Amino acid sequence: MPVIDLAQTGLRELNAALHSQGSGTNETLWEVLNPRGSHAVAVGVNAPIAVEIKGSVGYYCAGMNREASVTVYGSAGPGVAENMMSGEVRVKGDASQYAGATGKGGLLIIEGNASSRCGISMKGIDIVVRGSIGHMSAFMAQAGHLVVCGDAGDALGDSIYEAKLFVRGAVKSLGADCIEKEMRGEHLHALQALLNRAGIVDVKASDFKRYGSARKLYNFSVDHADAYG
Amino acid sequence: MSYENPPTIPRKSATFDDYTLSEIRRAATTGIYDIRGGGSKRRLPHFDDLLFLGASISRYPLEGYRERCGTEVVLGARFAKKPLELKIPITVAGMSFGSLSANAKEALGRGASAAGTSTTTGDGGMSTEERGQSQTLVYQYLPSRYGMNPEDLLKADAIEIVVGQGAKPGGGGMLLGQKITDRVANMRTLPKGIDQRSACRHPDWTGPDDMEIKILELREITDWQKPIFVKVGGARPYYDVALAVKAGADVVVVDGMQGGTAATQDVFIENVGMPTLACIRPAVQALQDLGMHRKVQLIVSGGVRNGADVAKALALGADAVSIGTAALVALGDNDPAYEAEYNALGTTAGAYDDWHEGKDPAGITTQDPELMARLDPVLAGRRLANYLKVMTLEAQTIARACGKNHLHNLEPEDLCALTIEAAAMARVPLAGTSWIPGQAGF
Ligand SMILES: Cc1cc2nc3c(=O)[nH]c(=O)nc-3n(C[C@H](O)[C@H](O)[C@H](O)COP(=O)(O)O)c2cc1C
Repeated sequence: MPVIDLAQTGLRELNAALHSQGSGTNETLWEVLNPRGSHAVAVGVNAPIAVEIKGSVGYYCAGMNREASVTVYGSAGPGVAENMMSGEVRVKGDASQYAGATGKGGLLIIEGNASSRCGISMKGIDIVVRGSIGHMSAFMAQAGHLVVCGDAGDALGDSIYEAKLFVRGAVKSLGADCIEKEMRGEHLHALQALLNRAGIVDVKASDFKRYGSARKLYNFSVDHADAYG
Repeated sequence: MSYENPPTIPRKSATFDDYTLSEIRRAATTGIYDIRGGGSKRRLPHFDDLLFLGASISRYPLEGYRERCGTEVVLGARFAKKPLELKIPITVAGMSFGSLSANAKEALGRGASAAGTSTTTGDGGMSTEERGQSQTLVYQYLPSRYGMNPEDLLKADAIEIVVGQGAKPGGGGMLLGQKITDRVANMRTLPKGIDQRSACRHPDWTGPDDMEIKILELREITDWQKPIFVKVGGARPYYDVALAVKAGADVVVVDGMQGGTAATQDVFIENVGMPTLACIRPAVQALQDLGMHRKVQLIVSGGVRNGADVAKALALGADAVSIGTAALVALGDNDPAYEAEYNALGTTAGAYDDWHEGKDPAGITTQDPELMARLDPVLAGRRLANYLKVMTLEAQTIARACGKNHLHNLEPEDLCALTIEAAAMARVPLAGTSWIPGQAGF
């Protein structure tokens, strides 16, 4: 198992080594030591490998991830797993702003809390947060699922498109065009599957409420002009 | 002749002119602002207000056809392992697939490649047509991140982080429902037929310090191979350029207010941002103050139409220019051949700007398969290549007349200004004087 100690090796060597792994690589488990809040750790990986980061990371950890499973044994700075395409990113601690921003696929699990703008402009990624999320989360969220086992801050799902939001606790306020929606069987099913994949066994899908788009801002209408501010 | 009750000629207000009145009536009827494409239509201080001095006893010219006048430019050698090497200093600006048809994108790629220059993607992602035909393709990284994916990022030859556009500094994109076809919707992960408003700010950073980290991330993902451009609208060019350089940009693109857009509020296009002419010297000054002029390249856009404009922008210190509107016109946009159809749309050739409606008779700013089929990408590409060649020859003609063996050797000293405004903005003397307004205390 390759072990890269960022206290000794530069970020460039780490990412270059990870980028040189193809789909058939034998080096399937990588360990990264002493990240010490470095930015852009394990970004742009495109191989079915596991990367275990032993400590906290700075901005954009696992950005644009494809296929890899990246685990942060610590907290993550802004933009963790931004624009992820596939694979899985797990943060054992908390995540800062913009977690999973613009992600197109894959699963992001945050075992602690996530800050503001979690899932902003998400385009198909699934995000499961064990704790709570901050304000303006799922802003302009286009597709995918955001599951929050705790509470959500102000303006959840502002200007949301077709993403599906599930919150177990309180929602401080909903953003423009975001409404509570009926939780049907198919939604409970999808939610339960995500909780299972995230390894969360102590909460019940039936305790969640679903939120999504009222679709009133999809085509401009003078009658809704106030909603545009 | 009677002197009783002499009549006056009916007089229309200069303030409330016909256009203004029609806009008030339009607003009162519809309850929504006017959306259109293109750039600012009002008269602004521009390259036309500058002249070249040419050679004289103290400056000798180069022979028109015999003596070399170089035009090539290298973009992005600051940090990128693979900088762009272009034959001419005129690039094709980012115009989104979605706002433009696939055929138009293909034609841009063909024309630019034939002329030895680059094209740029746009909001909505990389189309196969453009990647297929464009030898050198710059991939835009926009706030919306529509269609953004690492696979295309790695296929690109350079990355352009779009902070703003000259037509709408501080505004996001707009693509109305008529143009969101299945293919466009799919590339953007949006429902078909909705009015799409793309974000005005990047979703995962705020401010210059964050942008520096974003650039680091993009460099790491692309293994430091590809040049990274930062594009800003002409708002605060001195500070924006300085901050982009500090954040690690290889190339800075400054787009002035004449710059075109696919669709935005008319009030935005006409009232926000600075004219291109006013942006260049502050941008160059920032590079010079940082010791980065010619190390970080400056690309200027917004209203560039001919070789004289190219030469003037370069003389003021730009390394290259970029064209949007002019490239579309070269393909066939607003061609009088379609006058009857423009009339049917309530407009006339040369004034058609309702590009967001997707009904372009020339098949360029549309997603309608029938209209789109009118544009032959091979022929249109050839027209663009011809036009780029003419612009280059024109710029060379002027440079030789000024005694320069490379377009980059043109300098402000080669210019004078026709108006006080242009003299102040371009920081060159008013013609016939040594007066540069704002310098030496007056
Ligand atoms: C139809 C059209 C679409 C455009 N789309 C984009 C875009 O997606 N991203 C962008 O940064 N600029 C876009 N622009 C602006 C151009 O990149 C460029 O800044 C501008 O056209 C330059 O000014 P000019 O049109 O006067 O040459 C667009 C312009 C036009 C005309």
